Amino acid sequence: MTTPKLAIRGVHKSFGDTVVLRGVDLDVAAGEVITLIGASGSGKSTLLRCANLLEPIDDGEILLDGFDIAEPGLDPDPIRRRIGMIFQSFNLFPHMSVVDNVAIGPRKVLGVARTTAREDAREMLVRLGLEARVDAYPDQLSGGQQQRVAIARSLAMNPEVMLLDEITSALDPELVGEVLDVVRSLKRDGMTLLFATHEMAFARDISDRVCFLHEGAILESGPPSEVFENPSHERTRQFLDRVIDAGRL
Amino acid sequence: MTEPVSTGSSLTRRQAYERGQRRRGIVIASVSTIIAITAVVVLVPRAPRWNRVKKSFFDRELLMDSFPELLEAFWLDIQIFLWSTPLIFGLSLLVAVTRNSRSPALFPLRALAIVYTDVFRGVPVLLTIFLIGFGIPGLIDSRAWSNPLIWGTVALVLSYSAYVSEVFRAGIDSVHESQRAAARSLGMSPRQTLGSVILPQAMRRVVPPLMNSLVSLQKDVALVSLIGPVEILRRAEIQKSLAANFTPYVGAAIIFLALTIPCTRLADYLLHRERRRTGATAIA
Repeated sequence: MTTPKLAIRGVHKSFGDTVVLRGVDLDVAAGEVITLIGASGSGKSTLLRCANLLEPIDDGEILLDGFDIAEPGLDPDPIRRRIGMIFQSFNLFPHMSVVDNVAIGPRKVLGVARTTAREDAREMLVRLGLEARVDAYPDQLSGGQQQRVAIARSLAMNPEVMLLDEITSALDPELVGEVLDVVRSLKRDGMTLLFATHEMAFARDISDRVCFLHEGAILESGPPSEVFENPSHERTRQFLDRVIDAGRL
Repeated sequence: MTEPVSTGSSLTRRQAYERGQRRRGIVIASVSTIIAITAVVVLVPRAPRWNRVKKSFFDRELLMDSFPELLEAFWLDIQIFLWSTPLIFGLSLLVAVTRNSRSPALFPLRALAIVYTDVFRGVPVLLTIFLIGFGIPGLIDSRAWSNPLIWGTVALVLSYSAYVSEVFRAGIDSVHESQRAAARSLGMSPRQTLGSVILPQAMRRVVPPLMNSLVSLQKDVALVSLIGPVEILRRAEIQKSLAANFTPYVGAAIIFLALTIPCTRLADYLLHRERRRTGATAIA
């Protein structure tokens, strides 16, 4: 068996008295696309934040290429540059132009010269269909454009894994498509993706594997056809029924 | 559903109403302003001792005579202001960043920064100037270092930095945590995050409150006169004693206002622009 790209082993996390993750196990192979589904508060976002070391875990291991990155006392910065993260609320830097948002990572973290970094950023933005907006500021863009810039900013660091945290939840419905198209192209390019989402139709379409999180643990996981059409757990069925009622599947 | 109402003219009913309201507002404001000015102009000179007040505070000839000297003395105030300002910005930024740091190695500095802001915000500026201006030259037995300008400046810088560091700290805190998360997730270090992402955003937001602090400083520079330097307030005092008339004080006040009013207006304008930029709107 090959070493998984990212492996989450027995991860526990509490905020004060609130237990958010109670022993999550998940292996993500290189090039695999895994979606995390589940109700709000089931721990999807926290799991992604833990995987990017934005939240320290209470117990367990997070292995990147078999190396425990959650080891206490480890410098998180060299690890984070290998893992990209996209946030629900985009979190672009409002005081920088689009091209500088994308160039700042390579410039500051990888020490790329300013002009080179900006040229690379421009290229990346062209690839994502944003060539007309390179000199705009984030507040002049639509939500869909902002999220695509955020993806470009993350891609500029050449990450090995990308964590997508409900990246379409803050978007108007008509803008969701353009962002999901980018996710599709990431999959085509062989990117390893861990994707928390409420877009069930898209999850079914793109995932190699779907994981259903319930109360801080993975209750069910498998190929989308299995999880969506023939869930083995009552809880999964209930969740999917509610999603169908809400017209999201 | 009701039919859309048309007034027949080019204005909608709503626009016509708003225009009426606006005109009414202008008329009311004009009338009340005229009444207020008339009251002052007519009533004040009728006060029983107005003539004496006028003579000892508003002596036109004395004002003209004293003005050039006052203006010259004011240059010292401006100099003190000019060299204090960058020192205040530097020190207060250092204090603010130290107080917001989380590194355990910086704990003693953090504690010191807290004690410093508490003490210097708690003591009146004037008292700080006295304590430092008279105290430290007494400690140091050196002619070169007994210049009251040095210690007056030190006292101003220490007093003001305590306030301004709180302004900076509020600005840093106002940048949302998600900005830090975004920067750190790219692999940026805490220092790079602070320098490239947090501080540039914080600085923009604190410009208006900083302007207010600077306007305050322009006035408080005059307090340094109480430990010796002959700046405008001291010069006015000397002229007052010579002429046995308070008019030089009024002259000094006019000079201060000529500088502080434009600055205050600019601060208000910047604050207004910042509010508009961040999307806050006025409620009718």
